[in-house]
Amino acid sequence: MDTREKDIEKLKDYKYGFTTDIENIKAPKGLNEDVIKFISNIKKEPQWMLDFRLKAYKRLKLLKEPNWQKPKYPKIDYQDLYYYSAPKSMKDKPKSLDELDPKLLETYKKLGIPLQEQARLNGIAVDAVFDSVSVATTFKGELTKHGIIFCSMSEAIQKHPDLVKKYLGTVIPVTDHFFATLNSAVFTDGSFVYIPEGVKCPMELSTYFRINASQTGQFERTLIIADKGSYVSYLEGCTAPMRDENQLHAANVELIALDDAEIKYSTVQNWYPGDENGKGGIYNFVTKRGLCKGKNSKISWTQVETGSAITWKYPSCILKGDNSIGEFYSIAITNNHQKADTGTKMIHLGKNTKSKIISKGISAGFSDMTYRGLVDINSKAKNSSNYTQCDSLLMGNKCGAHTVPYIKNKNFDSNIAHEATTSKISEAQLHYCQQRGLNPEEAVGLIVNGFCKEVLQQLPMEFAVEAQKLVGISLEGSVG
Amino acid sequence: MLKINNLNANIENKAILKSFSLSINAGEVHAIMGPNGSGKSTLSNILSGKKGYEVSGEILFENKNLFDLETEERAHKGIFLAFQYPLEIPGVNTNIFLKTSLNAIRKARGEKELDAIEFLKLVKEKAKELKFDEEKLNRQLNVGFSGGEKKKNEILQMSMLAPKLSILDETDSGLDIDALKIVADGVNTLRNKDNSFLIITHYQRLLDYIKPDFVHVLMNGKIIKSGGPELAIELEKKGYESFN
Repeated sequence: MDTREKDIEKLKDYKYGFTTDIENIKAPKGLNEDVIKFISNIKKEPQWMLDFRLKAYKRLKLLKEPNWQKPKYPKIDYQDLYYYSAPKSMKDKPKSLDELDPKLLETYKKLGIPLQEQARLNGIAVDAVFDSVSVATTFKGELTKHGIIFCSMSEAIQKHPDLVKKYLGTVIPVTDHFFATLNSAVFTDGSFVYIPEGVKCPMELSTYFRINASQTGQFERTLIIADKGSYVSYLEGCTAPMRDENQLHAANVELIALDDAEIKYSTVQNWYPGDENGKGGIYNFVTKRGLCKGKNSKISWTQVETGSAITWKYPSCILKGDNSIGEFYSIAITNNHQKADTGTKMIHLGKNTKSKIISKGISAGFSDMTYRGLVDINSKAKNSSNYTQCDSLLMGNKCGAHTVPYIKNKNFDSNIAHEATTSKISEAQLHYCQQRGLNPEEAVGLIVNGFCKEVLQQLPMEFAVEAQKLVGISLEGSVG
Repeated sequence: MLKINNLNANIENKAILKSFSLSINAGEVHAIMGPNGSGKSTLSNILSGKKGYEVSGEILFENKNLFDLETEERAHKGIFLAFQYPLEIPGVNTNIFLKTSLNAIRKARGEKELDAIEFLKLVKEKAKELKFDEEKLNRQLNVGFSGGEKKKNEILQMSMLAPKLSILDETDSGLDIDALKIVADGVNTLRNKDNSFLIITHYQRLLDYIKPDFVHVLMNGKIIKSGGPELAIELEKKGYESFN
């Protein structure tokens, strides 16, 4: 192996694959009312929250796992999972970072998310979620000055019960589908954001999810409310250790934008994808939905999906307010044996509502990628429009790319445009770049980043560079 | 600088180049002329490192065996090919491509990479010299460029990278007279006692503007005649058939 090959080998390693050796408190294995009560009890939740969970659990027993998706997976034994796992040191709620277990601080430092005051990321407030609990939230003081609430979901249930009660489950009801309902019953932690009327959030808010414990599902719940005329940009990042087993991640994310408010939600998802033979990796079955509740409101989803064994998600917008806008920008990359079935739903209910979908799918190795999207323009959504652009890039001849658009238009004043392309990186393009001095990996990185440019441009500056690198790294070893 | 000894090249068992030999010294400009299908593009492809050919024989570049080097390593050593059909790369800004390329080569040579300001200064200067529309530098690489613009972009890249050996593969075909002069100017500016050129062409026209030191006639994968610039004029008058 020459040095370049060695470098490539190094890059191919999933650098977030380490495990933190830490003592945990776990709920007993399995899914039943007692486990739900255990979770609610350990979090000292009020009765209404427990009722919410039990209602969901009751409903769950009537639901079946959906199976219409393209990537199939072996049956999950829901009784063989842990639904709650938290570092023992978190039991007595450390009051400040000084009291936080140094092992946790070290873990986040290794992940490039320093939590300590002096090393914090500039202009980004971070909520760090480790397995089932939020371990720290940075820049709280600064945000409080503006009346912004940014804390863990558990804390919000204690300190801001009125807001949580008013909005939780209003976009993703407990009666939704199997995984969303499962989440409603057993969710453990996540982030809560409230931006008061007229406030433009002065910094990026970000949650960093980390799965550490084995045989543990991660079920976090995020709720973001942007009150009238407010603005917030929020970013989530995720990683997990390398394990042979498949781990389930079934989160619910609800966004609510009131009149003239805007929420920009970006995801850089890099869960462990499994090894190159397809062993292990995360099942990323997430429900994300935004409600443009008020007039002139806007919700924009941007996702860069490079990890997970199976990605199965459709971040959606319900455009209820007149003149509201929904956007979905997506880069999904699958390599080796990864599978993805992802896209969006744009439900137009209000008048003059607009939606835009830009999806870039890249498949390499033996992977398989499906874009699935719904554009539904209701009869009352006069003068509405959607523009969809869906591009697929194939690398090699053993991968697959599929596009499945569902389009419903129930009025004559609205219009929908759908464009789709499928292309391959040509040998000639590679040769051209190499002749100009780029090695094959650099050449692929350049071409792929060009392909993804429209979406990368949507990411906040600080993350665009990271995402660009990640795009390159995810495809290492897929040429030649 | 470049020594090709008894090069044989086959593609799908069809012989394209047969015992092809050629020597180019530093500072020389060689022109290879030949009809369609004579093996001109195969020669430039093989020199650049394109895969898909069965080859035998030897190519030495500054006494190093080219067959031991990957395409990008040849570029790092100073071999440049101006493509007959320059490729489009959607979404990649021309400036970004040029900078990535220049810095990849500088890095491989252990030279300091240029920062954005140094790069922009250099590219603006070169674009001006070559009358290359600066606005195009901010467009996607070769996307929506006319044939002539693509060829001029190749010459711009050549002058940015200042290679030791530049191979121009039918750069003149499809060019109007103004563009042809610009291409020739690009070559003549770069031409000095250390740099060499291999100009592959059908026509004598380009050689009115770039005076070659040697002209070779390529037919059926072999050089059948070599001479000075006068050979190109003779060819233009009599046609290739008279040499066969």
